[in-house]
Amino acid sequence: MARKNIQIGLFIPCYIDQFYPQVGVATLELLQKLGLDVRYPMKQTCCGQPLANSGAEKKAIKTYQNFIRNFSEFDYVVSPSGSCVYHVREHYNILEQTEEVKKVRQNTYELCEFLVDILGIDDLKIRFPHKVGIHQSCHGLRGLKLGKSSELVAESYSKVHRLLEKADGIEIIRLDREDECCGFGGTFSIFEPDVSVKMGKMRVHDHETNGAEIITATDMSCLMHLEGIIRREKKALKVMHIAEILNSNSL
Amino acid sequence: MKGHAAKARQFLSDNERADWQDKALWAVRQKRDVAAGSVREWEQLREQASQIKENVLSNLDNYLLQFEQAAIQNGVQVCWAEDDRQFNETILRIIRDHQAQKIVKSKSMLTEECGLNHFLEKEGIEVVDTDLGERIIQFRNEPPSHIVLPAIHLKREEVGELFHEKLHTEKGNSDPTYLTAAARVHLREKFLEADIAITGVNFAVAESGTVVVCTNEGNADMGVHAAPVQIHCMGIEKIIPRTEDLGVFTRLLARSATGQAVTTYTSHYRKPKPGGQMYIVIVDNGRSEHLGLSAHRNSLKCIRCGACMNTCPVYRRSGGYSYGSVIPGPIGSILAPVKQMKDKQDLTFASSLCGSCSNVCPVKVDIHSQLYKWRQEISEKNLFPKAKSYSLSIVGKVLGSNGMYNFSGKAARWALKNMPRRLIYNKLNTWGWGRELPEVPEMSFKEWYKKNGNERKRQ
Repeated sequence: MARKNIQIGLFIPCYIDQFYPQVGVATLELLQKLGLDVRYPMKQTCCGQPLANSGAEKKAIKTYQNFIRNFSEFDYVVSPSGSCVYHVREHYNILEQTEEVKKVRQNTYELCEFLVDILGIDDLKIRFPHKVGIHQSCHGLRGLKLGKSSELVAESYSKVHRLLEKADGIEIIRLDREDECCGFGGTFSIFEPDVSVKMGKMRVHDHETNGAEIITATDMSCLMHLEGIIRREKKALKVMHIAEILNSNSL
Repeated sequence: MKGHAAKARQFLSDNERADWQDKALWAVRQKRDVAAGSVREWEQLREQASQIKENVLSNLDNYLLQFEQAAIQNGVQVCWAEDDRQFNETILRIIRDHQAQKIVKSKSMLTEECGLNHFLEKEGIEVVDTDLGERIIQFRNEPPSHIVLPAIHLKREEVGELFHEKLHTEKGNSDPTYLTAAARVHLREKFLEADIAITGVNFAVAESGTVVVCTNEGNADMGVHAAPVQIHCMGIEKIIPRTEDLGVFTRLLARSATGQAVTTYTSHYRKPKPGGQMYIVIVDNGRSEHLGLSAHRNSLKCIRCGACMNTCPVYRRSGGYSYGSVIPGPIGSILAPVKQMKDKQDLTFASSLCGSCSNVCPVKVDIHSQLYKWRQEISEKNLFPKAKSYSLSIVGKVLGSNGMYNFSGKAARWALKNMPRRLIYNKLNTWGWGRELPEVPEMSFKEWYKKNGNERKRQ
């Protein structure tokens, strides 16, 4: 199928919609620059994960159904969030598995995964002359398997690194702990604030001491948490969603 | 705040100790990675172990009977205990039958679970834990904070002080070699005096009736060889079918637990020594019921290696005691609700669901998925505090409706922008304790798209 004939539904998770619209814009622009037909269904809300992770997946069913209604007409659903995509794929199993539901679950992709696996792209001709630390969000890494996690004995790979490595001028810094959780964990950040913040501080410290100027990730939720710590502690680090970096290209 | 979160807060109030604990445990995780990485077929080995356990759990009744029969043929006396009370009484009966007074015990989480030490002490019997870490915490009258490294919460200076008090070592000397030597002298005496040696069991081989005990200190052997009577205590899930299956598990156990290729001692006990007596006590204590919970029976595969604790970013930063459970950490958080769903619900939330535990588990227990499932069950059984259920219902309504979602989002952004800081960062805003909230943008993405979306498309 030619790219222009693929119908893409853009799924912008609730917290990105409300607090980080620039990440949604970057995702939209990037996909459009690649010649794709992208639409944002106006009645979308959320994937329902905040409820389900709190134990209330039954209360999330209306939200799940709303998601399916909004996205069932598209060939692919693309989203700048590994965690929300993982939720749709993994946890929409409690809905009746109609053709519609199956189609949406199968065709919902995290942005980097979509670029690498579906479009077969790994060089976006970007220039990004900065020292970047990659935070590997857990649901993207261990859930969607965007890369090999450090616990497993297998061949190393990372779709995120693949997309960033070719950027002109970029320096991807090495971390002491390459894929430790940042401590966001959705409502975990609220119910276990002390552990959550301690985990976040140690992640920030790892990036900082290894010389990162910018922390990037596939998930703005992790970055929202890390940014909250960075701003509270008045550190010089910046966070940027990977879509913002990938969209700094000149295709 | 109560439960795990409150205890974790307390643990973290000593920042230096918290950092030290995290580093100590992370070092064990790193050793595990190196050891696992040295086995090319590591992932297949995990899968194989998981499948063997799957078979065991599906045929547990038959394997247990096969094991019992083989053990009896070997001259072993086999006892069954339905629960902790029966278990403790069985041990006491054996002790009384042999008019024993002094017991040495090597590590067994089962005896911790059943509160054996405490029970026997009340009956006037001396029980000495002979694993060094266990002995340390026994002196301090504390439970283990980790299932493999029971005294990992203590620094060597604290052990030095403790030994000065209990074993009269030099004051201020916390040299590990010196302290270990002192413990060795002390424990040798206990081994020589003991009437009965009790051990836990890592694996029980159904076809041969053998029990296998893995230690690094040889303390199980010291006890068993010196005392005329030996008692091995095992939960019903410790069964493996054949001797040849054992190789799969011994390759996984030590590498996962401490990063060693194999434990220093892997002791096989099959029959009583000449003139001695050997007992095996097989304990249920809720495991049969657990086996009946089809969504959760996977956790019965656990071989108690502790790898999930070492890798868990929450455990490393909240310590074993924050879980208030015999088995702490991720695996403990999915075992505890089997018996105490309501009281231990906080543990199922003591996780960011990062999934690292499931990835290190040598028998592939899907720990983080189990945590997720427990959360759903606790909620469906209406065991949440009322306020939590109520607020989740509201969130459900908001996220389920486009109109309410848009309105609430706008209202929240307005409030964040216009309310005074001290009102936003109030005591109840736990996010704000250590973090800033995100800066509020001019408009949401949806609002932006409404204005610009169509235009973009035409470009």
